[in-house]
Amino acid sequence: MTQQTPLHARHVELGARLVDFGGWDMPLHYGSQLEEHHAVRRDAGMFDVSHMRAVDVEGPGATSFLRQLLANDVARLATPGQALYSCMLNEHGGVIDDLIVYGRAPGRYRLVVNAGTAAGDLRWIVAQAGAFAVTVAERGDLAMIAVQGPNARERAAGLLPPADRALALALANFHATSLALLDGSVFVGRTGYTGEDGFEIMLPAEHAVELWNRLAGAGVRPCGLGARDTLRLEAGMNLYGNDMDEATSPLEAGLGWTVSFGPGRDFVGRAALERARAAGVARRQVGLLLEDKGILRAHQTVHAGDAGDGETTSGSYSPTLERSIALARVPAATGTMVEVDIRGKRLRARVVKPPFVRHGRARIQL
Amino acid sequence: MSNPLPADLRYTESHEWVRQNPDGSLTIGISDHAQHALGDLVFVETPEAGRVLAAGEACAVVESVKAASDVYSPLAGTVLEANAALAEAPEKINADPYGDGWLWRLKPASPAAFAALLDATGYQRLLAAAE
Repeated sequence: MTQQTPLHARHVELGARLVDFGGWDMPLHYGSQLEEHHAVRRDAGMFDVSHMRAVDVEGPGATSFLRQLLANDVARLATPGQALYSCMLNEHGGVIDDLIVYGRAPGRYRLVVNAGTAAGDLRWIVAQAGAFAVTVAERGDLAMIAVQGPNARERAAGLLPPADRALALALANFHATSLALLDGSVFVGRTGYTGEDGFEIMLPAEHAVELWNRLAGAGVRPCGLGARDTLRLEAGMNLYGNDMDEATSPLEAGLGWTVSFGPGRDFVGRAALERARAAGVARRQVGLLLEDKGILRAHQTVHAGDAGDGETTSGSYSPTLERSIALARVPAATGTMVEVDIRGKRLRARVVKPPFVRHGRARIQL
Repeated sequence: MSNPLPADLRYTESHEWVRQNPDGSLTIGISDHAQHALGDLVFVETPEAGRVLAAGEACAVVESVKAASDVYSPLAGTVLEANAALAEAPEKINADPYGDGWLWRLKPASPAAFAALLDATGYQRLLAAAE
């Protein structure tokens, strides 16, 4: 049974092409994936991301618990409302999921996890919570809309009463706050998955359609998961299940920067990652820019000469660069040029450091 | 979709169309239904002139932002030319699938094969059944 978000009927009315994503019936695009992509890079677009799951972890033991549960360290959250990107690992150092954790107040955190992994995540989190003084609450009552693009914050904040507007516009990057609106039940984070500025807005599901319609009225373009995927790939952001999974260490998935190895903290997976580091990590994640004509896709073989072979984990046409790009897992000794096998032909690709695009501009040499 | 299918063309179950030209050669492309299902096209690989194709042989690839799809030769024959304009402008297939978005021209191995393909009514029925 595929699930539907509170905005499902709206997507149907808008003529969206719907696809199954992580067990949810979600819009792939509303006509043109390319135009939706460009709307986010150049103006403002919105995504229904209500399939993602908010999980509130609260209680006197919440900080200690999350310092054990997550590979990044919530003790890094210095100011109220600050957010942190982290992997949640198993004992073997494999990635169960990647998530955002918002520190709302002392002892109050909100995690946002992926749709396809949410049920398993919940079971894991509850099992790990064991002896800690915490409550774990799945917030299936919330809808989530991501408003992204250079004009996104201004358009979205313009819909708010003056005090809330000021609060939202004052948010620093990677920070969140509750608004006064709807008795404090609207939560706004200056976060996203596109490489552009913007907000992610969580609110009671019954108000989702109203917010969506008002954003549309303010000139924010509905965008589907297709554009979301090309935007995140250009931004060099991993997609769980493509670029990493339970069999992949964050050290091999370009996520070493999210693992906090500071002393005095025994997070799940730490011992395995330290063993892997001591042994030498054999593979690394890189970006690829195709030099020949064609399109890189996931699961193509990457030939890195004497260093050995690797594989693309995500690949697409980049609408911003008008070239094909990919993320790939390759042998650690891979040089600056590789060949990618596309339908039996070996095409040349240059190894680059993601992100490919940020804030509307190319970040690699073309 | 409500756009009427061009009545002078023949079609396949894999959503190619075929036009018979006055000189007996055939022009081949993908249907409006196919281009719509694929979405914005960003890359096209067409067969080389001179290549000999079997009926049903995968010989071209059209890639949308999201995925690559094979295009099959509706009939056996020899490739006369491919649409070179698509290399720089694959979006022509989206904009004009039955015109500027043609893929390749074929010299058929058998002149009778064209008439054996689906006509517009047959293809329309196939699309209706799939909905």
